Amino acid sequence: MDLRYSAEDLAFRDEVRTFVRENLPGHIRDKVAAQQHLSKDDYVTWQKILAGRGWLAPHWPREWGGCDWSPVEKHIFDEELNFGNCPRIMPFGLKMLAPVLLRFGSEAQKQRFLPKILSSEEWWCQGYSEPGAGSDLAGLKTRAERRGDHYVVTGQKTWTTLAQYADWMFVLVRTDPAAKKQEGISFLLMDMRSKGVTVRPIRTIDGSTEINDVFLDAVEVPVENLVGEENKGWTCAKYLLGHERSGIAGIAYSKKMLDKLRRVAAEETIGGKPLLEHGPFRDKIARIEVELMALEYTNLRALANETKGNVPGPEPSILKVRGTEIQQAITELFVEAAGPYAIPFLPEALEGGSNVESLGPEGAAAFAPHYLNWRKTSIYGGSNEIQKNIVSKILLRA
Amino acid sequence: MDFGLNEQQQLLRDSIERFVQDEYGFDARRRIVASEAGYSPDHWRTFAELGLLGLPFAEEEGGIGGDGVDTMVVMEAFGKGLVVEPFLPTVVLCGSLLKLAASPAQRAALLPGIIGGKRRLAFAHGERRARHDLGHVEANATPAGDGFVLDGTKSVVFGAPSATDFIVSARTPAGISLFLVDAAAEGLSLRPYATIDGARAAEVMLKGVRVGGDALLGPDGGALPAIEHAVDIATAAVCAEAVGCMQAAVDGTRDYLNTREQFGTRIGNFQALQHALVDMFIELEQSRSLAIVAAVHCDDADAAQRRRAVSAAKVQIGKSGRIVGQSAVQLHGGMGMTEEMQIGHYFKRLTAIEQTFGDGDHHLARFQAA
Repeated sequence: MDLRYSAEDLAFRDEVRTFVRENLPGHIRDKVAAQQHLSKDDYVTWQKILAGRGWLAPHWPREWGGCDWSPVEKHIFDEELNFGNCPRIMPFGLKMLAPVLLRFGSEAQKQRFLPKILSSEEWWCQGYSEPGAGSDLAGLKTRAERRGDHYVVTGQKTWTTLAQYADWMFVLVRTDPAAKKQEGISFLLMDMRSKGVTVRPIRTIDGSTEINDVFLDAVEVPVENLVGEENKGWTCAKYLLGHERSGIAGIAYSKKMLDKLRRVAAEETIGGKPLLEHGPFRDKIARIEVELMALEYTNLRALANETKGNVPGPEPSILKVRGTEIQQAITELFVEAAGPYAIPFLPEALEGGSNVESLGPEGAAAFAPHYLNWRKTSIYGGSNEIQKNIVSKILLRA
Repeated sequence: MDFGLNEQQQLLRDSIERFVQDEYGFDARRRIVASEAGYSPDHWRTFAELGLLGLPFAEEEGGIGGDGVDTMVVMEAFGKGLVVEPFLPTVVLCGSLLKLAASPAQRAALLPGIIGGKRRLAFAHGERRARHDLGHVEANATPAGDGFVLDGTKSVVFGAPSATDFIVSARTPAGISLFLVDAAAEGLSLRPYATIDGARAAEVMLKGVRVGGDALLGPDGGALPAIEHAVDIATAAVCAEAVGCMQAAVDGTRDYLNTREQFGTRIGNFQALQHALVDMFIELEQSRSLAIVAAVHCDDADAAQRRRAVSAAKVQIGKSGRIVGQSAVQLHGGMGMTEEMQIGHYFKRLTAIEQTFGDGDHHLARFQAA
C-alpha cells in the first residue's frame, strides 16, 4: 500500500491550481467565496473557460472530450476547483444526461446534444420528481401519448433545479399506463421553449428560488427525442441515478468549508479568546474532520475499485449518506460560530456583488440560509432513507 | 407534586389557543410577517384586552400577577402559532427588568402604557463581541450634569423596530447599568431588519444620547444581577415557545406520515420513518419536562438554583429543537423545504431560539458552574 501522491500527481495538482488562479474571473471567485448567488452567466463563463482547456467533462470518453484521468487525478481536480472557489459545474447535462446518451442514445442524439453540453450552449434540467412521485420515482404519472411523429406530454414535474435557466429538460414520462410501474416509462428530451411548458419558481426556507415546478400541458416532443426504447426508460433513469450519486459526497467542498469555518472561528471571540481555541467548539470541528478524512479514503477506495472494472456496490449510497451528513454538520457549526448574528435575515447581502454589510462575522448573512438550504442534501438525489434501503438490500442479499 | 395547570391557567391557554386558531393561520401570519410594521397592531390591542400585556405585573399595578408558569402557558401557545408580535421583548424581557430594577415612579410611568398596549419595549443589550456573555458591555454611559450621555452599538435587538422605548445597558464609572431611553431620543438610530424566523430586530446605534438621572434603572453599576435574572425568565419563556413549536412540528409530521403515500402505501407504514417520528416525540417530551422545571424556577431569587434549571432546559431544547426541526423537514421531503408549508417555519423559529439567550455550549458550561 502507498497512500502518497506520486510526483506526477503533485505536478498535476500544481497545474490545476495555477490554471484556476490564472483563469477564474475574480468577481466570480469572490461571489463563490462569499456564498452569494451566482447568475447563469457566471456558471456558463466558468464552464467555457474549463472547456477551453479541455477540462469540463473529464469523465467523458476521450473521443467526446474526456480526459482519461485516474481516480486520484479526478479527486485532485475536484479539490483544486473547490479550494479555488470555482462555481459548481452544472451536473444536469455533463454528469447526468451525458452518460445516459453515451450508453443508450442514438448516434444522431449524441451528435446533436453532447457538443452543445460541452460548449455550455445548452443548459439542461432534470424532469424526474413529481408531486406524487418523490422517493417512489417509478410512481410518476406524467403521460406521453404517441401521435404520429411526436409524443404529446401532459403532467407536472417538481423540485426542478434551475429550470428557469434551462434550454432543455430530460424527462421521465409514462408511455404505457397499463404496464407494471417501472415498465411503462420512457426517457424523453424536451425543448423548454415548446408550447405548453410553464416554469413556476418555488421559494425555499432559505429565501432562494433555485427550484421550480414545471407544468406540461400537451407539450409536443418529436419521436426522435426518445432515448433508448419506448417503455424502457426506467433502465436509463436508474443508470443516471447511479451517476447522480457519485460526487454528491462533496468531500472537497466540505474540506473547503471546514477551512472557512476555522477562519471564521479564529476571528470570533468567546470570553476574550478565539472561538477556535474554545474546547467544545474545537472538538466539534475535529470530530467532523476525522469523519471527513475517513470518507475521503472511503471515496478513494471506491474510485480505485471502479477503475479495476468492478461494478459499484453500496459505495455511492454510503458516500451520499455520510457525505451529506458531514456537509450539514458543517453548516450547523457556521450557525453556532455566528451565534446571535445567525438570526438577522439579509437576503440582499447574498446577491452577487452586493454592498450590503453583513452583521457580525464576515459573510455571516450566508450562514443561516446555507444551513437551512443544505437540509435539501439529505432529501434530494434519492433521500438518505432510500440510500439506506439500497445498502441494506445489498447487505442482506449476501 | 402537581404538573397540572390551575383553572386560571387553563382559561389562559384556551383563550390564546383560540386566538391562534382563529386569527393566526398560515396565510394570516404570512401577511403580518410581510407587512411594513412586521407585527399586527390589531393583535397587539387584542393582547391588551386579554390582559396578556399585564401578565407578569402585580395586580395593584394593573397587571394580573402572573408567574413563570403563566408565561410558559402563553409562550407555548404562541410557539404553536409562530406568533411574531413583540410580546417576548416587551412583556417578558423588559417587563422582568422593570419588575426587578425599576423604582415605583418608573413603573408608574411605564406600566400603564405597556399594559394598555400603547408602549412596546426592547432590551438593547447584545454587542458585537458579547456573543452569549451577558456581562460583556462596552457601550458607555458618561456622567454629564445630573444625567448621562450614552454611546455604543447594540446588536440583534429583538423588537427594536416597533419599540416605543428601550432599556439600554451601558457602562458607567461604577459598572454595568441600565437606562430607559425613548425611541425618539436624539442620537438613537436603528438599522432594522427581518430575522430568519419572520420577526423583526435591529442594530441600535447610540451617539451622544442624553438621558436624565431619572433614566437610570436600578443601581448605578449594579445591573448585572437583574439582567441575568430577566434573561433567565426570558430564556424559560423561549424554552416554552420551543416546546410549542416542537409539538406543532411533531403533530404536523405525524399527520403527513398518515396522509402522504409512496410505494402504494402511507409512508407512516415504513419503520425507518416511524422510528424517526418517535425520536422526535421523545425529544419533545424531554424538552417539555425541562421547560416546566425552568418555568417553575425562573422566578427564584436563589441564583444557583435558577441557573441550574434554566440552563438545563436551554441545553435540552437546543439539542431537541435541532433534532425535531431537522427531522420534521426531512420527513416532509421536498415539501419540508418550501416556504409554502408551515413545517419549515417551525424549523426556522427553533433555529433562531437556539441562538437566542445563549446556545447549548454556553448553557452547558453555566449548568456545570451553577
